[in-house]
Amino acid sequence: MSAPLLVAEGLYRRFGETVALVDAALRIDEGEVVAVLGSSGSGKSTLLHCLAGIVRPDRGRIVFDGQDLVTMSDARRSALRRDAFGFVFQFGQLVPELTCLENVALPLRLARVPRRAAEQRAGQWLERLEVTEVAGKRPGEVSGGQGQRVAVARALVTRPRVIFADEPTGALDSLNGERVMRLLTEAARDTGAAVVLVTHEARVAAYSDREVVVRDGRTRNLEVAA
Amino acid sequence: MCIVLRMSIGQTFLGLLEATPRHGYDIKRRYDEHFGHARPVAYGQVYATLSRLLRGGLVEVEAVEPGEGPDRKRYAITEAGVTDVAQWLARPEQPEPYLQSVLYTKVVLALLTGRQAAELLDVQRAEHLRLMRDLTRRKRDGDLAEQLICDHALFHLEADLRWLELTTARLDELAAQVRR
Amino acid sequence: MIGRGAVADLVMGARMAVTGGREGWTRALLTAVGVGIGVAMLLLATAVPGALDARQARGDARDDLRMGERVAAGPGTLLVHPVDIEFRGRPVRGRLVRPEGPAAPVPPGLTALPGPGEVVVSPALRRLLDSPAGPLFAPRLGGARVTGTIADEGLAGPHELAYYLGDDRLTDTSGATRLDRFGGGLPGEGLGPVLMLLVAVIFVVLLLPIAVFLGSAVRYGGERRDRRLAALRLVGADTTMVRRIAAGEAAAGALLGVAVGIGFLLAGRQLVPLVTLYDISVYASDIRPPTALLLAVVLAVPALAVLVAMLALRAVVVEPLGVTRRGTPVRRRLWWRLLLPAAGLAVLLPVAGLRDGDGGVTRWLVPAGAVLLLIGTVTLLPWLTDLLVRRLRGGPVPWQLAVRRVQLDSATSARLVNGIAVAVAGTIGLQMLFAGVAGDFTTASGQDTSRAQAQVQFRDQPDLARVLRQLGGAEGVTAATGTLSTGANVGSPDGPPVEIRVGDCAALAEFARLDRCADGDTFLVSDPGDPVAVPAGAMLTVEDGSRWRVPTTARTAQARPDPAGWLQNGVLVTPGAVGTRTLGPLRSTVYLRLDPAAPDAVEHVRNATAAIDLTTPVSVLSPTIESPKFADIRRGLAIGTVVTLVLIATSMLVGTLEQLRERRRLLAMLVAVGTRRSTLGWSVLWQTALPVGVGLVLAVGFGLGLGAALLRMVQAPVSIAWPVVGFSVGLGALTVLAVTGLSLPLLWRLTRADGLRTE
Ligand SMILES: Nc1ncnc2c1ncn2[C@@H]1O[C@H](COP(=O)(O)OP(=O)(O)OP(=O)(O)O)[C@@H](O)[C@H]1O
Ligand SMILES: [Mg+2]
Repeated sequence: MSAPLLVAEGLYRRFGETVALVDAALRIDEGEVVAVLGSSGSGKSTLLHCLAGIVRPDRGRIVFDGQDLVTMSDARRSALRRDAFGFVFQFGQLVPELTCLENVALPLRLARVPRRAAEQRAGQWLERLEVTEVAGKRPGEVSGGQGQRVAVARALVTRPRVIFADEPTGALDSLNGERVMRLLTEAARDTGAAVVLVTHEARVAAYSDREVVVRDGRTRNLEVAA
Repeated sequence: MCIVLRMSIGQTFLGLLEATPRHGYDIKRRYDEHFGHARPVAYGQVYATLSRLLRGGLVEVEAVEPGEGPDRKRYAITEAGVTDVAQWLARPEQPEPYLQSVLYTKVVLALLTGRQAAELLDVQRAEHLRLMRDLTRRKRDGDLAEQLICDHALFHLEADLRWLELTTARLDELAAQVRR
Repeated sequence: MIGRGAVADLVMGARMAVTGGREGWTRALLTAVGVGIGVAMLLLATAVPGALDARQARGDARDDLRMGERVAAGPGTLLVHPVDIEFRGRPVRGRLVRPEGPAAPVPPGLTALPGPGEVVVSPALRRLLDSPAGPLFAPRLGGARVTGTIADEGLAGPHELAYYLGDDRLTDTSGATRLDRFGGGLPGEGLGPVLMLLVAVIFVVLLLPIAVFLGSAVRYGGERRDRRLAALRLVGADTTMVRRIAAGEAAAGALLGVAVGIGFLLAGRQLVPLVTLYDISVYASDIRPPTALLLAVVLAVPALAVLVAMLALRAVVVEPLGVTRRGTPVRRRLWWRLLLPAAGLAVLLPVAGLRDGDGGVTRWLVPAGAVLLLIGTVTLLPWLTDLLVRRLRGGPVPWQLAVRRVQLDSATSARLVNGIAVAVAGTIGLQMLFAGVAGDFTTASGQDTSRAQAQVQFRDQPDLARVLRQLGGAEGVTAATGTLSTGANVGSPDGPPVEIRVGDCAALAEFARLDRCADGDTFLVSDPGDPVAVPAGAMLTVEDGSRWRVPTTARTAQARPDPAGWLQNGVLVTPGAVGTRTLGPLRSTVYLRLDPAAPDAVEHVRNATAAIDLTTPVSVLSPTIESPKFADIRRGLAIGTVVTLVLIATSMLVGTLEQLRERRRLLAMLVAVGTRRSTLGWSVLWQTALPVGVGLVLAVGFGLGLGAALLRMVQAPVSIAWPVVGFSVGLGALTVLAVTGLSLPLLWRLTRADGLRTE
């Protein structure tokens, strides 16, 4: 097995009185899909945010590609999120003023890709995610499933190494949820991206290669022998 | 279902004994209370099971009180019995429909014996997920008929898991009831 | 039609205005403070005339100027000599008084007249005397003992410097006025029609943005409110109910604001006595808005709020599942938006040639036209914003984000800058008018401050040497020249008047170009504008009737304006050529050069002057003279504009903060995906700058139009005052920068990525 892509160890994080993470640990290999499961409030999202360099843990180590995210400057982490990570959330992630195409092109533009080229690539991803028809529409004018596929397209457009998805199908019906998961995992496999998938739905988690359970801020790594 | 029950009744008794040594009638009463539902276990079944466990060295007679009848003996679990229960609890059940009775039994026993019921659920979930992953993979590669069949199984397995999760969430409530 | 259900809806809306957790309170507070500021400003504005009236009334009551009428001396008369001097730029109202009998009138605010060597001072003057600067003023009281304080009713305002000094040397021939009572003098100079026009338009220009500001203040938190209304629709409220609830909510918020505004006014009133504006200070009790206007504001503001809320609801469809903005489909129609400004111009343009005499109708037409024109900017702005922004595409990410935001909701953006546009347009128009008519009110004084900075003229002081010694020795005086002079007539007492001026050669050189000069010389100078021939050897009749012959050796010299700017026909005489005793009553005129590094030099001069004569003023020379009323108005406008813009900037800031808070999740998400904060900062800047830019374009256009119309009206040449335009645009830019700068901390806080979870 090759060296892990992202390793987190001994993560602690508290919000005021609430302890959200206690000695959490996680390892993600190149190209694998890891489901993070656990009951509500167990610390899944916090773990995901830590792994993605959005939230700084109080203690612990998160190494991506040989660099420790915990000690990294905010600017460096932002750059990393821009270039190496992609994000899909439950909802409310598209900029309402921009068209879907512009939304997908946004990460590229943030990475200084010229507008024309960025929008062209964005268009290809919309096609790939089977939502070409909404390219010119605003997020308010598309369905939840379409919006979510646009979000997946946006997460993938920079060809990130890791995609972080927090309840990506949470607001969708089964059919659309499955569709988003199928497209997300297929695209991730094709581009070699690893996926960290926070979900509470077993059928969604079944798209993963492996699961990690979080309870009361602790991770349980269940390496069940096949 | 009954087969399943019979298969696990020994472990269930062991679990009940792990909390404290009991007389046969006490075991029966407890069993009926938690797991018997509409079908209480027969006395004969109780003593047959206990003697099987005694033979297997999983329980021992802790004390014999003076007097008549089979109820004079008080049984206690042995070291080997504790191990047996632990192994049983830690072993995920083969995912299949209508599993909840066994899982329920396991959850209650785990609580009764002061074990982490959540652990058990995690193990079981992992087992379920493994099967569900297989089904998902098959679904992805299969034709429509295959997909529909897989979906059917997936939804059932998910229902089981959901129930399991709900149970986990209610552990506190349950614990209070069980320890009463 | 208002049934019980309707009332219930209104009450429910009212409750919503103030409930809703911390968010709800914040919003209610913002609205209340915003509306409160506006209401306080409105009430303050309505109270200003009253306050000035009260001040004027006190001024009239103590009036002691008498024109012509003669009062015979008696037991009930008083001699008063006004001493209107200054101290460090502040006017001082001094009076020397001498009762001529036991029943002499006592001025308002005093219980008894000060005796000789006693002085009664205003509280402000007493504070001044007790301060470290006291010794710099004290000599002007001639060593009198302070025996009392002037009460409020005897003062124009709390900060007025005033005193009544008892002086038993006063006589009615020494320039004092004899009074048998205070008050009842002539009414003061009113404002002419042009000044009236200015004042009216200034009020319009300053109050209109406040009204506009009120309109946006009652819309704080609009998006959230719309969402809440959608939730109400979901549980079964119909459109009418939703409207009523919204109306109740808006009215409640506005009423709260009115209460806060009245509170602000009451609190602010207590601060009023602490400030002095243009040497005017007023008492807190002077600030009393007329009841009718107060009532009007109290009713109009909630009505305005309800109206605005209804208009806002028109632009959205509140459906149970949420709010859809009638975004793109509503093409803004131009024609009705043009109605207002067109009507404004139609009113203003025919009124050409307002100068004097035009009363009534025109006086109202002009402000009305200005109001229409300025409101026109408000109606045109969203349309213009739309027009200019609709086609914008591309550009860097911050620009794109901002453009899209403005495109999607140009109404909100336009609302934020409405006030600025109105204020700037009005300011440009007015300042143009000022620039155009300034010539009418500002005159070159002809005074030459390079030769002397102060002038002192004694009515009756032939001892020039002593005067020069004392004034020249004052601290900060670097040079002093002085002459003695008296009036005379050529030939008979009815002959042409000339001035006989006696001084040494250096002093005389201030009045004529002397090629050579020695003691004993006499020079003849004449004003080329109005020459009077004084032949050498002519006989002159001096003021006191004595006669004096011009020496035959007198030479003609070219007259030179003195430092105070006057050219005179006269005879300049060196002391050797005349025996001063033969020339009758002599005045002395002293020119002083002051050390520019000694700002208090003029105060020392005043003290030195007071040591010679308590009533003699010191004139500070200045190259221009502005009509004092005009200057006041102009300064009023400048201050008002700045205050208005600060107010509007505050409202923009609040609006921007509100918008940011509403978008916190999105912002956090953008940061989560790696957006640089600077990108977001720039987008906020653009988002503010874009509508402000559009607003300024419109404002400059309308301002120039208004200015041109106003200038035409006063028949002044129309010319564009580019510095004024530049200044206004600069103010706009400054506002944008300030708003952006001040909203950055919140942006930073909201974009801490853990904001992701806040809903
Ligand atoms: N910014 C925050 N401020 C305060 N408490 C927080 C914050 N973020 C997380 N928490 C707390 O940390 C704990 C874990 O939260 P987290 O969002 O990670 O749970 P989760 O597993 O994602 O739950 P869910 O499945 O409901 O999304 C919770 O108790 C939550 O209240
Ligand atoms: Mg979560």
